[in-house]
Amino acid sequence: MLKKLFPYLGGYRRLALVTPLLMILEVACELALPRFMANIVDVGIASGDLNYILKMGGIMLVLAVCSMLCGMFGAKFAATVGQGFGANLRRDLYDKIQEFSFADIDRFSSASLITRITNDVNAIQMMVTMALRLLVRAPVMLVAALAVAISINWELAVVMLVTIPLLVIAIGVLMGVCNRLFQALQKRIDALNGTVQENLVAIRVVKAFVREGYEKTKFQRVNDALTKANIGVSMRIIAMLPIMMIAMNGATAAVLYLGGSQVIGGEMLIGDLSSFITYIFQILMSVMMLGMSFLQLSRSIACARRIDEVLETRPSITDGPLSPADLPEARGRVEFQNVDFKYDAGGTGENVLSGIDLTIRPGEFLAVVGGTGTGKSSLVNLIPRFYDVSGGAVLLDGVDVRDYPLEELRGRIGVVLQNNVLFTGTIRENLLWGRADATEEEMIQAAKNAQAYDFVMSFPDGFDTQMAQGGTNVSGGQKQRLCIARAMLRHPAVLILDDSTSAVDTATDAKIRQSFKENLAGTTVIIIAQRISSVREADRILVLDDGRIADLGTHDELMARCGIYQEIYQSQQEGVQEA
Amino acid sequence: MSQQNNKMPGPGGPGGPGGRGGFQKPKNLGKTIARLMGYLARRKWPLLIVLVCLLGSVLTNIAGGAYASPAGLAADVAKLLGIYALGWVCTYAQSGIMVQLAQRGTNRLRKELFDHLQTLPLSYFDKHPHGDLMSRFTNDADNVQLALEQSVVSLFSSALMFAGIVVVMLVVSPLLFLVSVFTLGSTFLVFKVFGGRSRRYYRQQQADLGDMNGNIQETIEGLKVVKAFTHEEAAKDLFGRLNRRYRDSATAANFYSTAIMPIAMNIMNIGYALTAAFGGVLSIVMGLPLGSFTLYLNYCRQVGQPLNQISQQLTTILSALAGAERIFACMDETPEVDEGFVTLVPAEKDANGTLSQLSGGHPHTWAWKVPRSGAMALVPALLQDDGTILELGQAERTAEGLKLLPPNVDSEEGIWAAVSPDGALTEITDLAALAGHGWAWKYPGPDGRASLHMIRGTVRNVPGEDYCLTELKGAVRFTHVNFSYVPGKRILKDVSVYANPGQKIAFVGSTGAGKTTITNLINRFYEIEDGVITYDGIDVKAIKKDDLRRSLGAVLQDTHLFTGTVMDNIRYGRLEASDEECVEAARIAGADSFIRRLPEGYQTMVTGDGANLSQGQRQLLGIARAAAADPPVMILDEATSSIDTRTERIIQQGMDALMEGRTVFVIAHRLSTVRNSNAIMVLEGGQIIERGDHDDLLAQKGRYYQLYTGGAELE
Repeated sequence: MLKKLFPYLGGYRRLALVTPLLMILEVACELALPRFMANIVDVGIASGDLNYILKMGGIMLVLAVCSMLCGMFGAKFAATVGQGFGANLRRDLYDKIQEFSFADIDRFSSASLITRITNDVNAIQMMVTMALRLLVRAPVMLVAALAVAISINWELAVVMLVTIPLLVIAIGVLMGVCNRLFQALQKRIDALNGTVQENLVAIRVVKAFVREGYEKTKFQRVNDALTKANIGVSMRIIAMLPIMMIAMNGATAAVLYLGGSQVIGGEMLIGDLSSFITYIFQILMSVMMLGMSFLQLSRSIACARRIDEVLETRPSITDGPLSPADLPEARGRVEFQNVDFKYDAGGTGENVLSGIDLTIRPGEFLAVVGGTGTGKSSLVNLIPRFYDVSGGAVLLDGVDVRDYPLEELRGRIGVVLQNNVLFTGTIRENLLWGRADATEEEMIQAAKNAQAYDFVMSFPDGFDTQMAQGGTNVSGGQKQRLCIARAMLRHPAVLILDDSTSAVDTATDAKIRQSFKENLAGTTVIIIAQRISSVREADRILVLDDGRIADLGTHDELMARCGIYQEIYQSQQEGVQEA
Repeated sequence: MSQQNNKMPGPGGPGGPGGRGGFQKPKNLGKTIARLMGYLARRKWPLLIVLVCLLGSVLTNIAGGAYASPAGLAADVAKLLGIYALGWVCTYAQSGIMVQLAQRGTNRLRKELFDHLQTLPLSYFDKHPHGDLMSRFTNDADNVQLALEQSVVSLFSSALMFAGIVVVMLVVSPLLFLVSVFTLGSTFLVFKVFGGRSRRYYRQQQADLGDMNGNIQETIEGLKVVKAFTHEEAAKDLFGRLNRRYRDSATAANFYSTAIMPIAMNIMNIGYALTAAFGGVLSIVMGLPLGSFTLYLNYCRQVGQPLNQISQQLTTILSALAGAERIFACMDETPEVDEGFVTLVPAEKDANGTLSQLSGGHPHTWAWKVPRSGAMALVPALLQDDGTILELGQAERTAEGLKLLPPNVDSEEGIWAAVSPDGALTEITDLAALAGHGWAWKYPGPDGRASLHMIRGTVRNVPGEDYCLTELKGAVRFTHVNFSYVPGKRILKDVSVYANPGQKIAFVGSTGAGKTTITNLINRFYEIEDGVITYDGIDVKAIKKDDLRRSLGAVLQDTHLFTGTVMDNIRYGRLEASDEECVEAARIAGADSFIRRLPEGYQTMVTGDGANLSQGQRQLLGIARAAAADPPVMILDEATSSIDTRTERIIQQGMDALMEGRTVFVIAHRLSTVRNSNAIMVLEGGQIIERGDHDDLLAQKGRYYQLYTGGAELE
């Protein structure tokens, strides 16, 4: 799992190799220090050789400075590699997500994608930083210290044979237990986040129904569950403390006892014993460090898996084979040829659309009406290839949309989605999303066409007004009009509006349609709408029922023959007739 | 400083998408620490045990060092093991208790934060992005938890340990200590310089992180739009810039914080080398005993450990304090003002029409319970032909003339008087004129003068009871109301509206005209600036907010659903509603048929704010929820905007049944929805420009006529 992440070291590979080397050097210097100290005691002081002592002291000083430099550069490189790795991973994830099709986004959910690119990447990045330092340092320290200890006195080193396995087993058991607990913990964390998020989003509902108390109880449940899981994990990790201390202290005591008698017997020098104890300390600390690192590692593997899942996803919709040169001129002719569609492509779900055969002429104004859930949005989503058909084909200007490069295809189509959003930035920046190289005049014209110009100019900063996140500082109707302006600025061959004037009042709505007529003469316009008034002057009106074409014709034709259309009409027009 | 500690994935609290709002140096350090400690030390004795254990483990640690000299005698080793064992017990007990204390403390912190959040006014949520509030539960609470669990004790024991070891070193060899003074001093310098640098970059890093995460959140949530406009490359570019900026500041912050450890440790090593050489020389020249020399060297190595620990914990503690500050800032926000004293109680009317309070249940009669000690007085009153209200009262004759009796005391002589606004009494001789007298509330209006408000329903005014009851009828009246969300930007100007019990009042007008605002004021989501809103004659400010809202069922513009079954979501309207009642509510709302077609029917799980349902289906559930609540007054804010007109027509019957006998406020831009209202208010720019019923308004040929015939006009 983790191996797959290596490529993200990108340009940092060399540094990633140097860093552990520096670490090893640092460790070596540090490990050598007690040896020279022992020399001072056992040789220098014993023989009263001042020069020898000063020489040894000098060597120790050089080693310490060397160790410091290695440590410093090690830290520098580790930070560079770790952060660089994280940035690379984040960038690739982000780029990958940008390639996702609507179906992919639906499958992961945007909330989950956000968590992956923020939290999970952070966890992995930390793991890499830690691995660079501890996972290299600890084993090197372990092996080196063990070697020196054995060289000093192999008989005493036997003590390690008991303590190291004891520690390893204890850590192994702990890891086994914690692995399961970590997964449960993650679920509890998700539950708490979910509850808070839901509460914040729906705070008006909570207050309107006076459900604060109920929400508090709900929160306290997930809060308690999280605390319990946290305590479970922490208590088990803490259980390691006495085990670790027993191993460490036990080893020290044993060495003191065994070594002490050797010193008394004259078989061992007192300085050696003293440095031996220091080495034991380092050996056992390394084992512990390794254990704790693995514990962290096992936590981050879950994150790595979640990231990998995104990276491994092949976007279900990719560029078609044709090059821009092979494409026909953009005229806006849309054909549906016996189209079937369902959201779980290849799955067992029911078709959302079935047997759609329809040709929309260039420059035609087509309206789509039908009840909630009859497949209106699904139908128009197939044209810019937000989703792919399950059967049949959708053609734009005679070419299957699946053969277009996506940018070419979507460049020819302007869409105003049902749940439309504006982004942080000025109104101008938002409108220019439609076409980055549009001139000021074109932008103003688009705003006027969408009936947005007047209210934009009523803001003190006009087009330079800063939009709040999610566009919360304009009303719903104003937001919709800005979104329409953005799409119109594109000068698309096909303009699709998915119920995008629902919050605009009837009079403004009529003005917007009027300006379509005047300014988008050659553009194919497809409108999904609830109001008959929005669709009655369309060239043709498509009535969808349960995913099938129920009828297609002009307002008058449909009024004469289509029952569903008549019903819709009746439900809206009673008042006008009385008036 | 090290960001690992800040965003460590655990074992910890929730880690949501990164917080906006960067790291700040804790401002009021002492106060924040004290307050945070309050969460740790709610009960004193566990903390006392921790303290004792801590002292124990530090002492055994130091003592162990002293005994760990090569003595070689079994007795010494046994003594050593004894000391060690004490250390194990102390360490385990101390850590175990701390885990419990820290976790419980954080639990309480999160709970209090959430509980407080529920009391805050909507304007607070308008001003603070969700991401920012979320990160207080995730990043900030997480940091606090980590610090409480690990750092507090660690910091404390490290400090103790450090002090202890320094003292021992001083005792063992004051001469050698001279060398250590130099190394310790340099170490502190390193801490100061690198720590300061690191903190500066760390702050920068947090700000950059906020920007980057904000961008991630926005573009991924709006990914469909990004794709519709083939804006992927531009999005990648922008993200790439933010990502690199964050990487650079994070690298710098990370370097300065991680470099502290090797540098400090190696200064200690330098000190070790100097001490070894200096000590070696001393023992030869001055005969320093070998034993104390090696012992000193031992401590020399040990003294680095606590410093190392402190350097590692400092970051955690600082970011925890910054987090705690953000949490406390939220907890210190003023909750919604609720000075209300009038409560809503279930009631019943017996055959004589006498109102009495029920102890519980969900009857169809409700009453306002008004304590007599409140600022409101119940007075007998007469609604006169010209619409004005004449205050009445029973009086007694005294030497000084007529004197008004309290409202719940009858005059023995049966004298009635009319009370003029200045308090003067005029005896009423024609008692027959009083036959139709009713009751009114008398309380100071916004201008400070007493105002009278007729009560429409039955009144229970029993002498001796310290409260009175008035029937909930659902009369709502706005009088000269002004309102603005942001000071200076007035949204409603001098709005006066009244709804008589059982009436359907509609608001129409273009977007941003202030329709939703009016309904937001009825349930007091926001506070009005001037004017007064009364509910059955009672100033809504006098009604306890919870009770006020309980009496109003709202279907709001955006239907939000909660994780749970469809049934749970309907029951959200009234928690004690039975399954049958919920199904009935769904039937009224026209939601029953689609719910039955869901895979699990009423037990189908709703997830992600109802992402698996269409907008129209969610609205139907929203209506069902309000129907289950069965409130006396309803607010329907674009409740059917996403339901196609055909379905709307199908559910019309149910909706009519739902509105029957209730006062209903309807907002809809689809005029067919509001046609049959008793009164329609046309709003424009925060003012009511036309009012009347459908026919009146059409006849006026004004704005309503334009709106209504807007489609036809163009033909």
